[in-house]
Amino acid sequence: MHAVVAIKQVPDTSNVRIDPETGTLIREGVPAIVNPYDLHAVEAAVQLKERVGGGQVTVITMGPPKAAEALIECIEQGADRAILISDRKFGGADTLATSYVLARAIETINAELPVDIILFGKQAIDGDTAQVGPGVATRLNIPLITYAIAIEEFDLEARTAIVHRRVEQGIEVLQTSLPVLLTVEKEIAPVRHAPLPRLIAAARYQPEVWSATAPVVFDPQQIGLKGSPTVVGKAFTPEQRSGGEVISVADLGLNAVVARALAVIEQAHVRNLQPETGVVS
Amino acid sequence: MNAEQPVVPRIWVFVEQQERQVHPVSWELLGAAKRLSADLPGSVVEAVLPGHQIADLAPQAFHYGASRVYVIDSPVLEIYRNLPYAVAVSQLVMQYRPEIFLIGATTLGRDLAGSIATRVGTGLTADCTELAIDPAQHILAATRPTFGGNLMATILCRRHRPQMATVRPRVLPMPDPMPDATGEVINVPFDMREEDVPVKRLRLIRAEEQPNIEYADVLVAGGRGVGGPEGFALLEELANALGGMVAASRPVVDAGWMDASRQVGQTGKTVRPKLYIAAGISGAVQHRVGMSGADVILAINTDPNAPIFQIATLGIVGDLYDVIPALIRQVKGQAQDGHAHL
Repeated sequence: MHAVVAIKQVPDTSNVRIDPETGTLIREGVPAIVNPYDLHAVEAAVQLKERVGGGQVTVITMGPPKAAEALIECIEQGADRAILISDRKFGGADTLATSYVLARAIETINAELPVDIILFGKQAIDGDTAQVGPGVATRLNIPLITYAIAIEEFDLEARTAIVHRRVEQGIEVLQTSLPVLLTVEKEIAPVRHAPLPRLIAAARYQPEVWSATAPVVFDPQQIGLKGSPTVVGKAFTPEQRSGGEVISVADLGLNAVVARALAVIEQAHVRNLQPETGVVS
Repeated sequence: MNAEQPVVPRIWVFVEQQERQVHPVSWELLGAAKRLSADLPGSVVEAVLPGHQIADLAPQAFHYGASRVYVIDSPVLEIYRNLPYAVAVSQLVMQYRPEIFLIGATTLGRDLAGSIATRVGTGLTADCTELAIDPAQHILAATRPTFGGNLMATILCRRHRPQMATVRPRVLPMPDPMPDATGEVINVPFDMREEDVPVKRLRLIRAEEQPNIEYADVLVAGGRGVGGPEGFALLEELANALGGMVAASRPVVDAGWMDASRQVGQTGKTVRPKLYIAAGISGAVQHRVGMSGADVILAINTDPNAPIFQIATLGIVGDLYDVIPALIRQVKGQAQDGHAHL
C-alpha cells in the first residue's frame, strides 16, 4: 500500500501582509503550522497502512525551505518519506499552478512505487479555497472524493475502496476504484501523539528537496506566477460593520437591559413577536 | 487558453439541483449575474442545468434572470458525481466559451468548480463576497476574504476564460423572481455511459435533522461562554420563542457540543438573518465574516472587551444565564399579549 499525502505549511492567520509589488503574500516572520486538516490526512494514511499490514506513506509539499519543518512533523506522525518541492520559480502560484506541480510530482513518485491513494486536507486555513485537491485529481485523471470522513473498506486486491463523505443531506457512501484522491475532514482520523522513538527518528530525518528542474523538469510556463491565471489586484483590510451601544447589566439592572434587548429584537421585524395575527384559516 | 474575445460575452450561472430541488444559491448568483451584465456591454445571462429529467426546472432560471438555459440531461447525471458533472459542464464551457462562470460554494459546487477550472485551464476564485466588473478592463473583479478573514483580496483573471468564481449561499441577496420571464432552452447532448463512471453511490445516510441555518430569519448562536452542551437547551428555548434556530461558533463545534451543520463562520456557514443573537461568543474575525451580514445583531457576553461588541447593534455586558431567561419570559409574555388582543 502506497499513500501520498499532500500537505501545506500555513501561517498563523493573524498578522499577515501582502507584497505591494507582486500582490503575493509575505510569509516571512509569521509563525507557521501544518494545516490542521492535513495532519488528519497524514494520520488517516498511517492508519490505513497499519490496517492493510504495511506499506509506505509519502508526504509532499510545495513551499519555501522552511516548510521542511512541516514535513518533519508528518514524519513524527508516522510518514515514511517526505519530499519538499521548493524553488523560487514556484513562487506566486495560484491553485491551477499548484495543482500542476503536485500532480507532476505524484506522477513521478507513482513511477517509482505505484500509488494507491492520495490524501489532502479538505482545505488550507490560509487560503480556504479547497481547489488544489480537485485540481490534482482532475490532472491525474483519477476519482475524486471530497469531504471524506471514513474509509469503510480498502481492498488492494479488488482495487476498490468504500468511502464515506459528508454532504448537505447527510453522509454519502461511495464505492470507488483505486487509485483515488480524497480530501478529508477531521473526523477521518483523530491525530495521535507521536511515540518517542518516532520523535527521535524524525529529529534526524532530512526531507528530500526537489527543485523546478531536478529530479523532475516542471514546465516553466505552468509554474509560479507565469502558470497562474489569477492575480491579486488589490488587498485590503476588511471594512468593519459599525456597532451600536454597549450596555451592562451591572450598570442598568436586568430589567432595563432586557427592555432594550426587546426593542432591538422588534427593530429586526421578527414576525413571531406578533404570533399568527395575520393567519386566516 | 483562448485570448480572443467571444462575440457575445456570456455570463453563466451553474444551477445546482439535487433530487430536483434547486439550491437557492443558484438564484442568488443569477441576481449577481444580472448586475454584472449591466456593467458589461452586450453581455447575456445564461444558466447551466445538468441532471436527469430536470428540464422542467428551466423556467425557474428564466424567472431569476437567465435568457437561455443549457439543459444537460443524462442518466449518469441523476445523482451528483464529480466526473460526469465535470466532463459535461467542461465540454459545454469549451463549446460556448463564456466570459464569466459563477458556481455556488456549496459542498457540490466546491467539489465541481476546481475540477472544471482545471479541465478548462482557467482561473477560479473561491468564496467571493463581492463581484464587480472592473470599469477600466471590463473584467471580473472578485473579492474574497483570506487568511481567516483578516484580509480581503480582489482577484483578477486577465487572460484566461471563463473567469470563474464561487460564492457561498446567503452572501448575495436573493433577487425577486419575474414570473412572466421566459427564454430559450438548449438541450445539450451528453453521451457518457455508466460504465465510464468510476464512482458509485452505494447509499445515502440521511441526517436526522438538516438544520438549514443559512436561510433562517432568526439565529440564536452560542459560543464557548455557554459553558457546555446543556446550556444550548436555553438557547433553543429562546430560538423557539422567536421562531428561529440555534447556531454555534467553531469552538463549540470543535468541543462536540453542537453539530458542524450549525457552525457559523469562515470554516462554517455564512448567514444573513434578520436577527442574530450571539450568546457567549467573543466574535473572532473568523466568526464575524460569517454573520456580519445580519440585519440586527444582539450580543451578550461577560467580557466588555469582546470583539463582537464592535459590530453588535446592541451589546449587553452580562451573564447570558441571567439575560436569556429574562428575555425568554418577556418574549413569551409579548406573544401571549399578542393573542390576548386578537
